Amino acid sequence: MSSRTSWIPYALIAPSVLFLAAFFLVPLVQTVWLSFSGDEGLSLVNYQRMAGDLNFSLAIQNTFLLTLVVVPIQVALALVMATMVSKLEKGRDIALWILTIPLGISDLAAGLAWLSLLQNTGYLNSALYALGIIPGPVGWLSQETPWSLFAAIAMAEIWRATAIVLVILIAGLQLIPKEFSEAAEIFGAQPWTRFRRITLPLLKPSLQSALILRTVLAFEVFAVVYALGGRNFPVLAGEAYTWQNENQNYGVAAAYAVLIMAISLAATALYLRVLRTRPEQLP
Amino acid sequence: MTHPVPFRAIAVAAALFGGVSAAQAQETIFYSTQLRPIEEATKVRDVLLKGLSGKVIYVVDEPPAFAVRMKAETQAGKRTASVVGALHGELQPHVPADIEPIDDVAAKLKDRGIPASLMELGKLGTGHQQYIPWMQATYVMVANKQALQYLPQGADVNTLTYAQLQEWAKNIVDKTGQRRLGFPAGPTGLMPRFFQGYFYPSFTGGVVTTFKSPDAEAGWNAMKELWAVSSPNSTNYNFMQEPLMAGEVWIAWDHIARVKEALTLQPDQFVAFPAPAGPKGRGYMPVIAGLAIPKGAPNRAGGVAVIEHMTKPETQLATAAEVGFFPVVKADLPPNLAPGIKLLAGAVDATQNAKDALVSLLPVGLGAKGGEFNKVYTDTFQRIVLRNEPVKDVLESQAKVLDALMKDTGAPCWAPDKPSQGACPVQ
Repeated sequence: MSSRTSWIPYALIAPSVLFLAAFFLVPLVQTVWLSFSGDEGLSLVNYQRMAGDLNFSLAIQNTFLLTLVVVPIQVALALVMATMVSKLEKGRDIALWILTIPLGISDLAAGLAWLSLLQNTGYLNSALYALGIIPGPVGWLSQETPWSLFAAIAMAEIWRATAIVLVILIAGLQLIPKEFSEAAEIFGAQPWTRFRRITLPLLKPSLQSALILRTVLAFEVFAVVYALGGRNFPVLAGEAYTWQNENQNYGVAAAYAVLIMAISLAATALYLRVLRTRPEQLP
Repeated sequence: MTHPVPFRAIAVAAALFGGVSAAQAQETIFYSTQLRPIEEATKVRDVLLKGLSGKVIYVVDEPPAFAVRMKAETQAGKRTASVVGALHGELQPHVPADIEPIDDVAAKLKDRGIPASLMELGKLGTGHQQYIPWMQATYVMVANKQALQYLPQGADVNTLTYAQLQEWAKNIVDKTGQRRLGFPAGPTGLMPRFFQGYFYPSFTGGVVTTFKSPDAEAGWNAMKELWAVSSPNSTNYNFMQEPLMAGEVWIAWDHIARVKEALTLQPDQFVAFPAPAGPKGRGYMPVIAGLAIPKGAPNRAGGVAVIEHMTKPETQLATAAEVGFFPVVKADLPPNLAPGIKLLAGAVDATQNAKDALVSLLPVGLGAKGGEFNKVYTDTFQRIVLRNEPVKDVLESQAKVLDALMKDTGAPCWAPDKPSQGACPVQ
């Protein structure tokens, strides 16, 4: 019996491992290789061109700014939403279902939905015009209005991707035994103290997963930015796309891809270290 | 926007991806980056390809996917398409690896009356015919009739200058409070072609050699003034027909295929006319789509038959009437054109026959660097006009990039630059 069980798990995961190796690891290695190849063998020429490009520092700046603004707001919002949903007695499923609707929408579709709200002839301008606040169409998404463009992209991203954090945190909240909170309540702990001293520490593993997932995805942000701002708001993934498809220089595009991967890996390592949970702290 | 997937499309996909079986070997797959929208592709299938004896399957793809597929099939040693249709610039990177010389087909089509200059373009800088010109287009200006009342005194849309265009757009700003001149400067807009085929030739009489000349400096300063009265959303526009139809833009420059919808849907609302002239003339760029035979075509004879059929004068006229691309052969347009197409034809005709017309040909010999060539012009635009960097400094530094690119590819000058020995120099 034991000899049989020893290989069964391996056999079961073999197909997915093979699949990942063929369709993920191989292209990954090829991309890294492509990014380091120049006219005469190995070289850093692609990275030099990437760093020397007029949009490079802007793309780095925009991507980090967006991540630093969007991810904390999403986590805070998701914490509030998760706590409220878990307190609901009735209609909990319906509330959760409604809150997670954006999860089912592709990011490009979400970007286009926000575009129809915010473009010159969009619903926002129509509403403001009908209320007599503006005399004619106002541009919110042009390169001459960088702050409203940034706000629009941040808002669309927050709307679109807070739900995934919410789902992870709700699952985490459900793992925390009620007894801890009840015991604290008997000893007179106020709700805020209970949240800070009990819920938050015990939620750390879920927070870690949610942060890693959201941060990595935030560094890859593309479709929403592309739909709303085109190239007015350069981000790293957008530059990779432009170098691949418009400039047709696959080497520089690969360099961007490798850079995004390095940043994502670094962020993941940071979260794993800062938010590590010792086994005895687990609920 | 969803289009119903017709049964035929599924069959085509099955034929392409499932491999070509023996029974299907008689079919000819015609693979194209042109006439992609479902309405146009349907016209090709149901009207333009009618009358061919063999079975032809028309398959379309986006240009980047086309490039990847052509290269991938060469690497795999397995070809599916027997004839390909694409723009001049899209075919260029596939010489000599992916398409074969077709001097024999060119010889067969001698009596078609395709101008020698176009046939020469089809050689793509080599000694042999690489593609047969298929259809042509160009870029025009389109204006909403509401804008015409603001035309400067004495200005005629058909002989407009850049200074008058600026004044016109400024009048509109002054009177309506909105910047309503629009350019397709979005991510997939054709703005690079504006600089290469219109702006540079009109202001400097060249494209590469005059890149950082004093004329170019003056031109960029004029461009900054033009931009000040252009819609700030221009950097979001890809197809000008959309902001034109929405009324957001009243005057626009774009490829005829990208304003066609506005003109065909509301022919009473718009006028079409040639692009403006600068100090050196009225620069304009013809756009040529060509038909080529890929290397290792499974049904070469079928591919050649498609080329022969598509270049027949009657097919060429049907192409103009059905999809709004103009003939490459000598043929008079029929009087029963749709009103929108007629507007376009009029503007194209006025452009070609303008007294000060200055033809700017498509870049030749850049190979796979065509994208980076475009980038030189868009980066220059971005730095001078959008980021307000000093004109002279930007032209100096971008000229170095351009010079390196030309030396790297060894591409000789093309019109309107004077012919060069070796790589086209930036003076």
